[in-house]
Amino acid sequence: MSTPSLSINANWLTRSRVGVAVLLVIAYGVIPFTGSEYLLDAILTPFLALALAAVGLNVLTGYAGQVSLGSAAFLAVGAYAAYNFNLRIPELPFLVSLVLAGIVAAAVGLVFGLPSLRLRGFYLAVSTLAAQFFVQWALTKFGWFSNDNPSGVIDAPTLTIGGVQISGAARRYVFSVTIVLIATFLTVRLLAAQSGRNFIAVRDHEIAAKVIGVPLLRTKLLAFGVSSFLIGVAGVLWAFAYLRTVEPAGFNLDRSFQILFIIIIGGLASIRGSFLGAAFIVVFPLLLSRVGAALLGNVFDSGVLEMSQRIVIGGLIVGLLIAEPRGLIALVDRLSARILPKLRRPAPQPISPQNYHSQKGVI
Amino acid sequence: MFDYQFFIEVLVGGLLSGVMYSLVAIGFVLIYKTSGVLNFAQGAMLLFAALTFVSLVERGVPFPLALLATLAVMVLLGITIERVILRPLVNQPPITLFMATLGLSYVIEGAAQLLWGAQVHGLDLGINDTPFNVAGVFISQFDLFAAAVAGAMVALFALFFRYTRTGLAFRAVADDQFAALAVGLRLPRVWAAVWTAAGIVAVVAGLLWGARLGVQFSLSLVVLKALPVLVLGGFDSIAGAIVGGLLIGAIEKLAEVYVGPFFGGGIEAWAAYVVALGFLLVRPSGLFGQKLVERA
Repeated sequence: MSTPSLSINANWLTRSRVGVAVLLVIAYGVIPFTGSEYLLDAILTPFLALALAAVGLNVLTGYAGQVSLGSAAFLAVGAYAAYNFNLRIPELPFLVSLVLAGIVAAAVGLVFGLPSLRLRGFYLAVSTLAAQFFVQWALTKFGWFSNDNPSGVIDAPTLTIGGVQISGAARRYVFSVTIVLIATFLTVRLLAAQSGRNFIAVRDHEIAAKVIGVPLLRTKLLAFGVSSFLIGVAGVLWAFAYLRTVEPAGFNLDRSFQILFIIIIGGLASIRGSFLGAAFIVVFPLLLSRVGAALLGNVFDSGVLEMSQRIVIGGLIVGLLIAEPRGLIALVDRLSARILPKLRRPAPQPISPQNYHSQKGVI
Repeated sequence: MFDYQFFIEVLVGGLLSGVMYSLVAIGFVLIYKTSGVLNFAQGAMLLFAALTFVSLVERGVPFPLALLATLAVMVLLGITIERVILRPLVNQPPITLFMATLGLSYVIEGAAQLLWGAQVHGLDLGINDTPFNVAGVFISQFDLFAAAVAGAMVALFALFFRYTRTGLAFRAVADDQFAALAVGLRLPRVWAAVWTAAGIVAVVAGLLWGARLGVQFSLSLVVLKALPVLVLGGFDSIAGAIVGGLLIGAIEKLAEVYVGPFFGGGIEAWAAYVVALGFLLVRPSGLFGQKLVERA
């Protein structure tokens, strides 16, 4: 694994570890101090929340192969659960509320994941739509969830963690980045363990997985639970760190599709892909509006922007599915392998039974 | 005391709105049967057809000419989709194709509104919508007309499948793609024809729905009404689409009126899904589904 071109040729100094270290330094040492409020509040915080949601959906769809169209429902469950824990049990530390909110989302996810034991493919995708509509309806209909706000809107209070107020763009960013990094790290560990291999086995061949002794029921429910837990936590970030005022309508089907698109664009079954896809989905509309305004002037109003955005995103989905089903991350990997030949990771081994799963499940 | 007259009125209203769902569902079934693709873009195609038609009429194009032009556009669209999207994705897993149609629906929705504008258009098909009274039950004339159109369309498709060479080819491909290929059917052509047929269904459904709701973006969301219908009726049965549509329409309205009050109303949005799901757990291939589609 060691790279010959580096002078310190220690085993622990792999390229990915150096990469992680550089990332950590930038995330904690550079961005909070130099980033503008706009960058932190309007780009990085929503990026982090969406990336975590995408990691969650990727566990379910990318690794375990169960398509879900109801991700926004679990975002909403997380957000509203955290709001209620915070409101009704004020002495609870917020981090506990956050974890509890994730657990509530996981429980709801398990309920809607039960049909996956009998349904596959389209039928399951359609059944997850039920979660989408039901949750949105329940949050609007029952005032209890939003503390009797007539339209179901909740205003997230300013958070205090360990006596530190999470106010201001930089602190909200650091809070989000910490939660996302911890959650992602734990997910990576889970996927590298037996359960991760089970997910992939179920995805690639359910019957074969059953034959070699993978517990289907437990594996599928675990995928649904972990996935909805992560999406629920992402919902907490979305509501408390990013928007701070949320309504059920903000968690509509379009949001679910957005998260699905993130993982298709970024790369199915790739954690890095989830982050890349989320970055793309957040930055792309901003870029498009700038470029459009520069090229077309006043003709390029918000309506035209939204429509052209739809066209490009849709076209990109179709194009990627045809040309590179492994998503943008595969393009990036190929590009970096060409540009940085000296730092190139070892060439992919030919797929043999011994390394088949590790090939397909590469993180 | 139970009000039977009211019950029947709700039931008939539900059945008639169910016909409208069936209209959308038929487009899905056509494509699913012959190519195994669940075409999420059917709603977008419907929107595109209705928008094109309305915009042409508003620009002074006479009614029949606008209809012809819309049909031509949908035929072109069908052929293009087959060429650009389906052909390169041949042999991919069904779920990849589904996601591709999801992307396609975004493209069509965006393009339709970029071309014709996003405002709401009224659409008057010249059908009187005053309800009339049959033995004390009020029935909307427009709904009856829609039901008649749906009936005619199904009859036409039945004849087409039964008596034309293309129809025979459709059935052959639906039955076994490899066998159809082996006896010399050109699959890409059949698929282009099927997508064209689905485009024509989209025109009919789009005009009827457009006259009902106004031609606007939310028209593409009727796709979400059609999905439980498909689950209930089976993805590959036209008869299932009709019966499923009627059932879902009736159940939705009855549930809203008789069960809804216990939950504070508005359960129409998900009642259909819950019914379809419950049904699925008992009978995974739907009412008329031919085989156990992707059952674990």
